[in-house]
Amino acid sequence: MSIQHDTIRKPSAVANGFDPLRWRRDFPILRQRVHGKPLVYLDNAATAQKPQMVIAAVSDYYQRFNSNVHRGVHQLSELATEAYEGARDKLRGFINAASVKEMVFVRGATEAINLVAQSYGRSRFQPGDEIILSEMEHHSNIVPWQLLREQTGAILKVIPINDAGELEPGAYEQLFTARTRLVALAHVSTALGTINPVKAMVAHAHTHGVPVLLDGAQAVPHLPVDVRALDCDFYAFSGHKMFGPTGIGVLYAKEALLRDMPPWQGGGDMIRVVRFDQTLYNDLPYKFEAGTPDIAAAIGLGAAVSYLEAVGMTAVEAYERELLAYATRCLQAVRGLRLVGTARDKAGVLSFVMEGIHPHDLGTIVDQEGVAIRTGHHCAMPVMERFRVPATARASLAFYNTREDIDALVAALEKAHEVFR
Amino acid sequence: MDMKDLYQDVIVDHNRNPRNFRKIAAASRTLEGFNPLCGDKLILYLKLEGERISDLSFEGSGCAISVASASLMTERLKGKTVTEAGQLFARMHGLLTREDAAVEPESLGKLAALAGVREYPSRVKCATLCWHTLKTALEHPENKTVSTE
Ligand SMILES: Cc1ncc(COP(=O)(O)O)c(C=O)c1O
Repeated sequence: MSIQHDTIRKPSAVANGFDPLRWRRDFPILRQRVHGKPLVYLDNAATAQKPQMVIAAVSDYYQRFNSNVHRGVHQLSELATEAYEGARDKLRGFINAASVKEMVFVRGATEAINLVAQSYGRSRFQPGDEIILSEMEHHSNIVPWQLLREQTGAILKVIPINDAGELEPGAYEQLFTARTRLVALAHVSTALGTINPVKAMVAHAHTHGVPVLLDGAQAVPHLPVDVRALDCDFYAFSGHKMFGPTGIGVLYAKEALLRDMPPWQGGGDMIRVVRFDQTLYNDLPYKFEAGTPDIAAAIGLGAAVSYLEAVGMTAVEAYERELLAYATRCLQAVRGLRLVGTARDKAGVLSFVMEGIHPHDLGTIVDQEGVAIRTGHHCAMPVMERFRVPATARASLAFYNTREDIDALVAALEKAHEVFR
Repeated sequence: MDMKDLYQDVIVDHNRNPRNFRKIAAASRTLEGFNPLCGDKLILYLKLEGERISDLSFEGSGCAISVASASLMTERLKGKTVTEAGQLFARMHGLLTREDAAVEPESLGKLAALAGVREYPSRVKCATLCWHTLKTALEHPENKTVSTE
């Protein structure tokens, strides 16, 4: 590596006064070597790593107060319930929801969207009712609506995307008709990194009286999210992408909507009184939480929120934006590399293809250098079709990534050129 | 492991210049093979004269392993009988999936270059896609597509 390169790089590690190395130390997994090389983890859009604090919160629950929630009067159950509900309240604060009644624990973004489709959609959509989606949705924000289409006869309308991977300007507004019943849209795209102008889009839908579901799985880990400022009606996200455990996520929904929605699963915890002739459902949000939840994961997610609050989401957003700009410059300089997804407003996702080297081969070769990226369709096959590529390679960033990680990726891509020379 | 054990010169060469990469207009069998996991797709064309595979070719897109595997396969099987093709399928499958320890890579000639995938479980399907497509084309001529999933 040239001296010149080093001098350019030095001050950048603490850009905006944000020091990724300070936080990186909190992630035990990032200290390991893979194939004898230091791990460079650039697959954060698939799932993020967990800080020690989250791991400790999960194990602390199992070691000290494992017991069921909302059930017992004994000490352990009270501790577990307090920690579980405490996590819910932390999450409420994190996205600025008005009340914990609006915070339904689910398994993840996928389950949150299915819940809305099966409870909200199925109970009220008629044949010919329309749902607006976009071409850049994750499969989890497409397939639940297709299932609903089969069940109700609803129609799906799709906002197209342009060559930069942005929603085609003006197309959205034109899709509204008197039959539009719901908009379901990614806040940030998983395959392209595009940040959609969701606030304005929600406002527009509301002028038609149409509610909006935002899929925030890729937004919550990377930008400050304020559901009240967005004024969205539903907001879905996953714990594991925001440095929390797998198996837990949140559906935020406005209280008035939740109150009118029927339960979607029946069982314990979601009821108040059960008699064979009639059952009274529990209050919000428990009406939507049938059965024993993933208590440990919820508590771990609460710890992840505390951790992210310490790091500061505004700082995270600014730092990742700068790291993305650096990564974009570096990748564009790699011979034969083409970025897929070049929206003006973009989060830390770099999808790309390389001339003459299939993404799948790239993935294997860079892995050998310790660099973890994802290759494939990223659960967004319509996006692959739109850009006429069978697959892409995707590097996705988190605040613990550094310019050195990007340099390692670029060096690994050069290795791929060597293998295929 | 050295990347050159996986991407041997034969593989790189057959990826860059795939042999028999064309359509056969009057094919006796045409079958599409698809690996939904990575998007690899190939169309296999077979021309049969009695028991003999008088011509075979492929088109499509995929990673270097899947393209090289298909290229090597078509090169090897042109002019062979259906029975011989079946036998070769069994040996290649046994080798690549490690299900048959008795298969010596050396006994397979150039095809041995594909043996490197055994160290990369996520890549085995890339190498076997064309072979499964071949087997289905020979045994179930009524099928139109075959998927690895
Ligand atoms: C935009 C988006 N939505 C939804 C999901 C689904 O999340 P999960 O699998 O955690 O339910 C993902 C995960 O990749 C995503 O990126």
